[in-house]
Amino acid sequence: MPFVYFIFLPMLVALVIPFLFKKVRGIHTGWFVLVVPVALFGIYTTLLPMVQDGESNTSSFDWIPSLGISFISYIDGLSLLFSLLITGIGALVVLYSIFYLDRTREQLGNFYVYLLLFMAAMLGVVQSDHLISLYFFWELTSISSFLLIGYWYKRDRSRFGALKSMIITVFGGLSMLGGFVMLSIMGDTYSIRELIAQAPDLSNHSWFIWSLVLVLLGAFTKSAQFPFYIWLPDAMEAPTPVSAYLHSATMVKAGLYLVARFTPIYASSEVWIWLVTGVGLITLFWGSFFALKQTDLKAILAFSTVSQLGLIMSLLGAGAISFHSGIEDNTIFKYAAFAAIFHLVNHATFKGSLFMIAGIIDHETGTRDIRKLGGLMSLMPISFTIAMIGSFSMAGLPLFNGFLSKEMFLTGMLSILEFDLFAFGTWGILFPVIAWIASVFTFVYSFYFVFRTFTGKYKPELLPKKAHEAPIGMLISPAILGTLVIAIFFIPNLIGDALVKPAVMAIQPYLYTSPTDIKINIAAWHGFLEPELWMTVGIIVAGCLLYWTLTKWQPIYSKFPNWLSLNRLYDSLMYISEVETNRLSRFYMTGYMRSYLVYMFTGIVLLTISTVFIKDAFNISFARLAPIRFYELIIVLVLIACTMTILLAKSRLTSIIALGAVGYTVALFFVIFNAPDLALTQLVIETVSVALFLLAFYHLPKLNRHENRIKFRLGNALVAIGVGVTVTIVALSAHSQKLMPSISSYYEETVYTKAGGGNIVNVILVDYRGFDTLFEIAVLAIASLGIISMIKLRLTKKKEVNRIENE
Amino acid sequence: MKTNDVILQTATKIIFFIIFLFSIHIFFAGHYTPGGGFVGGLLTASGIVLLLLAFDLKTVMTSLPINYTVMTAIGLLLALATAAGSIVFNVPFFTHAFDYFELPLLGKQSLHTAMLFDTGVYLVVVGVTMTIIQTIGADD
Repeated sequence: MPFVYFIFLPMLVALVIPFLFKKVRGIHTGWFVLVVPVALFGIYTTLLPMVQDGESNTSSFDWIPSLGISFISYIDGLSLLFSLLITGIGALVVLYSIFYLDRTREQLGNFYVYLLLFMAAMLGVVQSDHLISLYFFWELTSISSFLLIGYWYKRDRSRFGALKSMIITVFGGLSMLGGFVMLSIMGDTYSIRELIAQAPDLSNHSWFIWSLVLVLLGAFTKSAQFPFYIWLPDAMEAPTPVSAYLHSATMVKAGLYLVARFTPIYASSEVWIWLVTGVGLITLFWGSFFALKQTDLKAILAFSTVSQLGLIMSLLGAGAISFHSGIEDNTIFKYAAFAAIFHLVNHATFKGSLFMIAGIIDHETGTRDIRKLGGLMSLMPISFTIAMIGSFSMAGLPLFNGFLSKEMFLTGMLSILEFDLFAFGTWGILFPVIAWIASVFTFVYSFYFVFRTFTGKYKPELLPKKAHEAPIGMLISPAILGTLVIAIFFIPNLIGDALVKPAVMAIQPYLYTSPTDIKINIAAWHGFLEPELWMTVGIIVAGCLLYWTLTKWQPIYSKFPNWLSLNRLYDSLMYISEVETNRLSRFYMTGYMRSYLVYMFTGIVLLTISTVFIKDAFNISFARLAPIRFYELIIVLVLIACTMTILLAKSRLTSIIALGAVGYTVALFFVIFNAPDLALTQLVIETVSVALFLLAFYHLPKLNRHENRIKFRLGNALVAIGVGVTVTIVALSAHSQKLMPSISSYYEETVYTKAGGGNIVNVILVDYRGFDTLFEIAVLAIASLGIISMIKLRLTKKKEVNRIENE
Repeated sequence: MKTNDVILQTATKIIFFIIFLFSIHIFFAGHYTPGGGFVGGLLTASGIVLLLLAFDLKTVMTSLPINYTVMTAIGLLLALATAAGSIVFNVPFFTHAFDYFELPLLGKQSLHTAMLFDTGVYLVVVGVTMTIIQTIGADD
């Protein structure tokens, strides 16, 4: 089956959604949309047996064959896992949104078009094997998420959040495109599979590190890693189904997908391991630490998403170490990649349900402020149960799937201790320590989220609405996800074998030949002697202590200076790009013609002079010069005198007359250099133009007629002298090194025989090169029409006069 | 006070024709000796300007009832048609043709399609120059 067409299915459905919304007002549009992800989920499930055997499905169609660009759908374990997440969570989110969004008050047509567009883009990202089409879908996710975040476009915060996420993710996307282009040039192919096959050769290329950093920039911005995570909390202005879908389960994981997909290419590099693991851990700690500062439910979840993405990212980095360990039996590094994928699935389940619960609380109480909430346990028992399942899983408590992946995470981080390449031997101890501290904070904010909302004192006077349990339809989706959270704990190996192992195969293709080679068995119980268990016990003890004393130490968050925050940095960057660049351009765009002329002339002088000297074209030879005649000397002296008069004259009238004198002198030059046609024309034209100058002078306003010399300005003089010297140098050099004989001898020979004329100048004008003349007379005609329009069509003035006369 | 320009006007009536004839001569001789459509046109225009100086705008317009804008257009059309006419004879755009003929009274003369093109130039130059001067002169 050509699976590549299924990517475009959501787009096709998106085409008809607006009509359905307009014509079928009685039924919530979401029901029609729901069909798409459910059907796709079913279709992708049929591929599960195939990937378990380590096989893949490839289908493609050409887009721009002449450039080698096509849409290639390559479905292996990793793509299939993501495709199932996208369609599965997509179906649940659509179901949830049917009850969340009101069909009479919201523009559902827009919402579902954006959502389907996003779904298609995400499927395209995870299935594309072609770098360019991958980038195409990548930017489509940025654009559709921009539209979704700004869905309530009448709110300022929505527009701000949408713009911020757009700027940051598109910045990363463009960097990624640069990395992709470098990769495709290095490997001479656009196909990721072929690039992976030649990975050892690529790592010796001098662009390798550059492309690595650029691709990572794309992954880090999309996955909200430090320091690019700042768009994610602001993106919480989107409707809650969008937050649940984009900002927990799918879009933010596109970056993780990218890192996982490119691990076989880049894992040989030390920079990759350090960057991915290091940035992941910093993000993990930073996100979990600042989650406790938040008072908004969705903001807590946003920071927790950032932190969990950091966790997965660091595991992917540690998974890349397995390419270096070299010891086949040493499976401990291999754990990391497995843990990363496993936690990715778990995070999608519990974070999706938590976002939906946050939406329910917002919907049923009218606020998301944790300071106003409390005591909802008895009022919303089902929501409380689901929230507790999600939070405990997020905290990493037993009986929930988060526990399994958290244990594996600790194993992965501890395994770094045994890795002694690339200075990991000395700094490696930091990794498990940071991971442990971050896990403690994760524990605290998970408790903070669920117990501050549902236990304690009920404060009805602070709530805009009377709180009550959500309708059953809204609870279905989070309930399904909550069930999965528990189910995965009890039957982890089912998920592990069906989904995770084929995906790990795609990340570490050199280590295994088929998914059954991966000898990892997920177990909840490791035994007393394993350090992971005692680390978990430590997390729980320290977490409980910190949570009980939360009110005592939470005020330290307000001590953090505001100007140190990354948001402030972003805001000031935006300010600089708007205000400072505006000031900069106003600094040189003065609006005075004089400044622009100075720029242009200076540019001409610098470019020409430097070219002449760099190219060694400066050359003066006297070999081809004619002797100077007496008349020429006299006329040149007259010409110089007239020119100086123009510059130094006090009265404008004198300047005009001197200009006329220059013109007639030039005509005299034409006479002594044997150009009678030019002389004739020059005389007549000079006469006409002097007459026109006099006309202009006569019409000068009295105020501006005051007789002043031209003011001397040193800058103007320097520029003028520079231009003069430049032109002289160019003329002298050009004349000194004439390479070829002139073509004029041809004209002399053929003017009578072929063209039937005697006056070469005129024959050139009307016969040899009559085309020029045709357009020169066209120029004259346009000039005359221009003068007519300027003089006769003075609309504003005339209208004014007419109106006054009419009144 | 109204000035009496009788000397100027009488002289103009004679000089105009001399200038005009000279301009026609320059125009026709252009292919073999200095001159051509451009200078010829400018000289004709200068003759008309002399009329304008001696008499007033209205008088000249009644005695020479020419619409100079239309004249410019005709000139452009003529030039373009001459250039394009060669296409009809299956030769490239702007190919001129000429030959020598025995004409009654004039004897052996050459006839050249370049002359038609030059006529176009002549008409445009006269038209443009007169348009500019008339428009500016009529403005107040």
